[in-house]
Amino acid sequence: MSLLIGTFTIGCILSLLALGVFISFRIFAFPDITADGSVTLGASVAATLLIHGVSPPLASLAGFFAGTLAGACTGTLHTRFKINPLLSGILVMTALYSVNLHVMGKSNVPLLSVNTLAAQSEQIGVKLMRGASSFNLAGWDVTVRDTSVLGAVALAVVATGLLLYLFLRTNLGMAMRATGDNVQMIRALGVNDANMIVFGLAISNGLVALAGALLAQYQGFADVGMGIGMVVWGLASVIIGEALVGTNQLGMTIIGAVMGSVLFRLLVAVALRWGLSPNDLKLITAGFVFGALIVPQFLRKKKLGSAHA
Amino acid sequence: MLEVRGVSKTFHPGTPNEVRSLRGVNLDLTPGSWVIIIGTNGSGKSTLLNAVAGTFLVDEGSIRLAGHEMTRWPEHARASLIGRVFQNPFSGTSPSLTIEENLSLAARRGCGRGLGWGLKASLTEKMRDEVARLNMGLEGRLENAIGSLSGGQRQALTLLMATWLRPELLLLDEHTAALDPKSADLVIALTEQVITRDKLTALMVTHSMYQAASLGDRLIMMHRGQIIHDFQGAEKRRLRPDDLLARFEEVRRAEQLDESAAQMLAEQYI
Repeated sequence: MSLLIGTFTIGCILSLLALGVFISFRIFAFPDITADGSVTLGASVAATLLIHGVSPPLASLAGFFAGTLAGACTGTLHTRFKINPLLSGILVMTALYSVNLHVMGKSNVPLLSVNTLAAQSEQIGVKLMRGASSFNLAGWDVTVRDTSVLGAVALAVVATGLLLYLFLRTNLGMAMRATGDNVQMIRALGVNDANMIVFGLAISNGLVALAGALLAQYQGFADVGMGIGMVVWGLASVIIGEALVGTNQLGMTIIGAVMGSVLFRLLVAVALRWGLSPNDLKLITAGFVFGALIVPQFLRKKKLGSAHA
Repeated sequence: MLEVRGVSKTFHPGTPNEVRSLRGVNLDLTPGSWVIIIGTNGSGKSTLLNAVAGTFLVDEGSIRLAGHEMTRWPEHARASLIGRVFQNPFSGTSPSLTIEENLSLAARRGCGRGLGWGLKASLTEKMRDEVARLNMGLEGRLENAIGSLSGGQRQALTLLMATWLRPELLLLDEHTAALDPKSADLVIALTEQVITRDKLTALMVTHSMYQAASLGDRLIMMHRGQIIHDFQGAEKRRLRPDDLLARFEEVRRAEQLDESAAQMLAEQYI
């Protein structure tokens, strides 16, 4: 049971990553590799601040803002200097590797002895349960620590998803969505599309970095290699989410990305449980995304073929 | 109103693909005039529209509109003064956004975009009325994504969006060329309606000699990046499609085009 709750918790944390990837890939159709670096950036900034005694919410927020800076860099490289989107992301991601090492001062920062959001939510949970350390949930014995962390993370994800939904329906958010959709039109309506891309990538990477900051606090350490393959992970979540909700309505796609992330984490946990080697995890993830990208094309071709016949 | 002075533009200069699209074009528009532009392929008519809209910056010359010197303005800055409808019906709308979202984007053309709520109830009411006037039965489908509509419907909506806030200048770039004849007639009727009603100043490129002869109060014929004929007032009103074809014929003779090209012109332009 503890394993299941842990799976849900990580799924929820990574759904922030999925929302970030949703913004860059789906709203702007911008394959933004920066995310691999900004996950670690968020984690390392938050971890370093926590070690220096900054309060956990503030440290997480700082992680978010560090991510927005990284995203703005990528956006500027692309819009101002006309560098190909993929290459802009790769440049910033590569640079971030050194930045992260500088921020942390070493390649791994343990957080076991400092106050984190996880520890704080556990304290609140214990207070609510009047000091009990475990309780009975639908027949299972679960620890207060696990459930209160999951509760806090779920709350944070719902709040973020709602804020994102509301933001995307403001004048600014609508202009951003239209920029990814039809740049010629949005210019003709007087919107500076370059600013929209820079701003959108900033928000996207801010969310990704926030996911990194929360992940570090949950697992109890920040590591310079923790971001590797995260973009593909986020993309897999978004794709699963789209398949789950089956519509491109804005609110549903946001809910889908969150659901996709949790489901994907669940699938991975099951696969690991059944004896999949953790070493193969990234290979399988990449294979899955590959499949998800080509299957719709394949189906369309088949449909077209039968229509002509 | 619009003052285009000595505007030149060369694409891919210094390469084998060099094209001198505009060669010292001068054009003055009085407020409320509706100017039709015709010309052969590659004559620079669309390029002239794009130069005014700011799709690219011109090499030489100046462009002023409504008292603003805007030769160096970027495209999105000019949009505060200019409404545009493109040849491709899919260029003017955002397919994954709904009709009402597209319209409310247009309702803030050239204004800042802040954190204000995108869809305002007060605006929705006006949208329903305006969309109903298009006579396409779209007023009940404001919450549908625009991507699900036909080219004609999308072009009619683009026209509505371009003129939602009264533009100082309306640019129509062969905006019916990609539509079926029935949709094209409808969009032309709507164009005529809105230009007369709001007394707009408009610049319209067309391939149809019929439209060129029947619409607008002034007609410009372009060839090789220059304006070669300019019909105004009574002279414009007397013009018939045949007269325009005769002018093309003159150009053809001057250019020593072969007969098959002339045949193609006749087929394309009537």
